[in-house]
Amino acid sequence: MPALREPGARYAPPRVSTLGLRALVLIALSIGLMVADHRQQGLAMIRSGLSAAAWPLQMLVHSPVAAWDWLSAATRTRHELLAENELLRNAARENDLKLLRFEAIEQENERLRRLVSAAPRDAERVQAATVLRVDLDRLRHRVLIDRGARDGVSRGQPVIDANGIVGQTINVGPMAAEVILLSDPTHAVPVQVERNGLRTIAVGTGDSDRLTLPYLPRNADVQADDLLVSSGLGGVFPAGLPVGRIAEVKRDPSQPLAIVSARPAAALDRDREVLLLWSKARVALPEAEPPAPAAPAHEPRAKPRPAAPR
Amino acid sequence: MIDIRSPRLTLLGVGLVALVLSAVPLPHVLDLLRPDFLLLIVVWFALMLPRAGGLSAAWTAGLALDAFHGVVLGENALAFVVVAFLVHRFHLRMRMYPLSQQGIVVFLLLLLYQFLLFWIDGVTGHPVNALVRWLPVLTGALLWPVLTGFLGRLLTRH
Repeated sequence: MPALREPGARYAPPRVSTLGLRALVLIALSIGLMVADHRQQGLAMIRSGLSAAAWPLQMLVHSPVAAWDWLSAATRTRHELLAENELLRNAARENDLKLLRFEAIEQENERLRRLVSAAPRDAERVQAATVLRVDLDRLRHRVLIDRGARDGVSRGQPVIDANGIVGQTINVGPMAAEVILLSDPTHAVPVQVERNGLRTIAVGTGDSDRLTLPYLPRNADVQADDLLVSSGLGGVFPAGLPVGRIAEVKRDPSQPLAIVSARPAAALDRDREVLLLWSKARVALPEAEPPAPAAPAHEPRAKPRPAAPR
Repeated sequence: MIDIRSPRLTLLGVGLVALVLSAVPLPHVLDLLRPDFLLLIVVWFALMLPRAGGLSAAWTAGLALDAFHGVVLGENALAFVVVAFLVHRFHLRMRMYPLSQQGIVVFLLLLLYQFLLFWIDGVTGHPVNALVRWLPVLTGALLWPVLTGFLGRLLTRH
């Protein structure tokens, strides 16, 4: 049975008279914190410090998974490795061939763009990041990656994988950054139907296999299996990255809007490695290819682009 | 009988373990059922060692949870303080309850906690009104007898 009195004379009930006051002070402090953090984003320094303090614990949470990965990599047989090597070599050869054609097309594209004096395409730089196996919030679709301000990551930076857009960074600590996935109910991405250029917005649903396109009129020209790419509006994602494919279009005659859902192109809930994207539209990058440490994080977004191609 | 040399250090240690447990990767179904370990720890300390597990300790624990999970700073801190205040206010009475009744009180406290989070989420523009939000209330209340037994045994000096 729980003790009524702790032994010895040390026990004294907490002074009830100040208890309510202390609670009120702490509640007021919490509300102040929330307002400062939510409204003004004014706690960047504190948040970044707290995030750095959380980092060792987060690594601790991730460590069993990391250890397992290491172990399974270390105990692969030579045979398996050779087979995988062969596969990768074939893939690399195919990619090289594709790249040859791609380069020719890119040059042609640039020439044509210059002819019609359109802005050159944004130069891009990518960096791989590992998704840490840390469950952040069961109701929100967020993941933690092992790159932070130290690696030049800034808030609102696009994150992609080999198949398409994964999401964007929302909180950036010194060592880690939090990524909000496309499927988060509070995330929306401006998209374009690739077939006909129709622009709309894809909103997350909280289900990692489904996005919804709630703002399309009933007679909009969309079909199942249309590819959605980012439209480049909004200034976060560069244009032309795959977002998903239309899964289903329902046109209810009594509703003014069509009910359209899409499957994300990226493997949102299965990714272990993602790519962080830097594009010239957001941050002016130096010419050098090694990642310059901490490019200025908060360049104005609508910076006039240099006219000359890179 | 709960009597330990440095209750604050113990709280820190147990709290850190709870913080880690709150983020250990689990399959989705288990993740939905994951109880709020840290809050249960805070409630236990406020109940059994009220001088160590004071309101400021609860606030700090909540803030740590906020920072760890990247939600709005102060959200869990506020909810933790409210719950800890209630436990403090009624800790003498609550200690006398049989375990089942304590479980019911803890159920209500967890319900209040989730409601506060729900409300703050709504105000800060992250409305998540999925029913699964309320599952940890149930699992947390069911875990309470196990947790009291475990912590009581762990922290008792023989």
